[in-house]
Amino acid sequence: MAVHKRAYRPYEGPLTAERGRFLVLPRYGLLELFESRLLTAFFVLCFVPVLIGASAIYIANSPAARALLEMSSAPDFVRKPDFFFAILTLQGGLAFLLTAWVAPVLVSPDLVNGALPLYLSRPFTRVEYVLGKATVLLTLLSAITWVPMLLLFALEAGLAEGWGTANVRIAAAVFAGSWVWILVLTLLGLAISAWVRWRVVASGALAGVFFMGAAFGEMWREVLNGPWGRLANLYYLVGLVWRSLFGLFTSRSMAQEMFNERGRDLPTWAAWAGLAAAALLSVWLLERRLRAREVVS
Amino acid sequence: MGPVIELDRLVVRLGERTILDGLSGALSGRAIGLLGPNGAGKSTLINTLLGFHPAASGSVRVFGADVREKKALRRLIGYMPESDAFISHMTGVRFVRYMAELAGLPAQAALERAHEAFFYVGLGEARYRKLGTYSLGMKQLAKLAQAIAHGPRLLLLDEPTNGLDPPARQRMIRLIREIRDAGQMHILISSHLLRDVEETCEEVVILKEGRIAAQCDLESERRSNRKFVELETAGSATSFTSAVQGLGAECAFYPNGHGLARVKVVLPDEVEMRELFRLAAVHDVQIRRMNYRRDSLEDIFLAAMKENGGAGGRP
Repeated sequence: MAVHKRAYRPYEGPLTAERGRFLVLPRYGLLELFESRLLTAFFVLCFVPVLIGASAIYIANSPAARALLEMSSAPDFVRKPDFFFAILTLQGGLAFLLTAWVAPVLVSPDLVNGALPLYLSRPFTRVEYVLGKATVLLTLLSAITWVPMLLLFALEAGLAEGWGTANVRIAAAVFAGSWVWILVLTLLGLAISAWVRWRVVASGALAGVFFMGAAFGEMWREVLNGPWGRLANLYYLVGLVWRSLFGLFTSRSMAQEMFNERGRDLPTWAAWAGLAAAALLSVWLLERRLRAREVVS
Repeated sequence: MGPVIELDRLVVRLGERTILDGLSGALSGRAIGLLGPNGAGKSTLINTLLGFHPAASGSVRVFGADVREKKALRRLIGYMPESDAFISHMTGVRFVRYMAELAGLPAQAALERAHEAFFYVGLGEARYRKLGTYSLGMKQLAKLAQAIAHGPRLLLLDEPTNGLDPPARQRMIRLIREIRDAGQMHILISSHLLRDVEETCEEVVILKEGRIAAQCDLESERRSNRKFVELETAGSATSFTSAVQGLGAECAFYPNGHGLARVKVVLPDEVEMRELFRLAAVHDVQIRRMNYRRDSLEDIFLAAMKENGGAGGRP
């Protein structure tokens, strides 16, 4: 390296493939995130519910372990969809906390000091920018949701003969349900971070969207005695979607639900629509905000 | 060599406002200055070259490629924005490496080029410091480093000396001249500072209210003005000026009293400057000061601003 010459020379070497260039962003993003010990510790803690679940599965399937713990019978709750639903609910909550922490760290520094024009003055589009930043969240959230949960499923399937093939729906529900939540969280997290810009405020705003939405939904339900205000409660909406995917919830007909003002729950289709609307709104917000130059008419 | 930038009746509108209004012309200098008062459309033109603002009508081509082919074009361009543009928690070298990788350099080459670029702009010792701790001058140099690290063919510098103190400004000007003289890339410098442009550029485009008010080749202006000399003399100016006129030069002198005089000379091309010193020695005249005429760009700029209703730009 001829740094001592201090002379400019053009670059004549090879270039990387354009298609995968957005992956530069997650590489740098993940590296910087895990420089924080606090975040690393929290990320490790996110695996605790899964480890507890794995222990429960092992105990339920191991007579030796049960004998050691002086348990008379094998607990069968680990074989039911409710068990996986409960762990997914816990992991979903942790995924939200992780998003509130990570999303502002990814986007805000680029916007606070005007770095976006530097990204976009290169052969790099806004879509690739969002894709690159989203990949960080998709990776982290996948790592604490569907990946360990499918390993749990595989563990139970491996230990209990025939259980896996009879309960493929659980695996599918874990996979699809996790991805629905991951996509909503990722898009919402990036959109709010892009608009708020300041890291701490963006984390607060993201928490506000969830907690205020939940409070608003419950208030509506109590005051107006109807479920439609719960459309603002994203965690509730994804819970409904998960229940339907796991087969723990039987939706009534759309017509019945629409006119059933006193119902406690929203119909499943409304939950899907609410989550889709949140995702689309986030995409729109990102499209409006992530520009190299703002034009004030 | 073909033109670097070709403008063909380019119109750019932002909202309801027309910012660039029918620009046409071809720019082909190694270093091109974009001058104009605030609001003249300089930054908008740069943003249009980068594809940030679409053309409402007309077209722009850079090295023959239409700016609508954004990705192909941006491979050729290095951009140093006017305002702050950095990631404060990153170290300088990581930031430049990151930007070079986004421009398509493999990780190892990007790291190597980032170090080189930092040494080149004179920030070698500060390259492991976080950008948020840099002074304004250092941030400007870091922006220049990220603009050149990937080896662009065209470097767009938007107000590169903005906010710099005199030594930092001198360093920036020297760097720009070095880059220009290395001959590896073309430079487009947008500035409202005549001196910056005069010291670095060969060709100048002056914008006023979104239109090209003047375009000139500074190098030929300099050549034509090089023979315009202003002297301050002590001694017999009358005989000296007669002798200078004998060389075929146009000459006039203005006595200042106490034997001092101001002499203005326009030398013919074939006459060298040293002839003035020789004649001064022969006529026992001291040349106490000698100035080349240096205000050519200012003249051109003021003339351009006066046209169409006086100086000033868009508010």
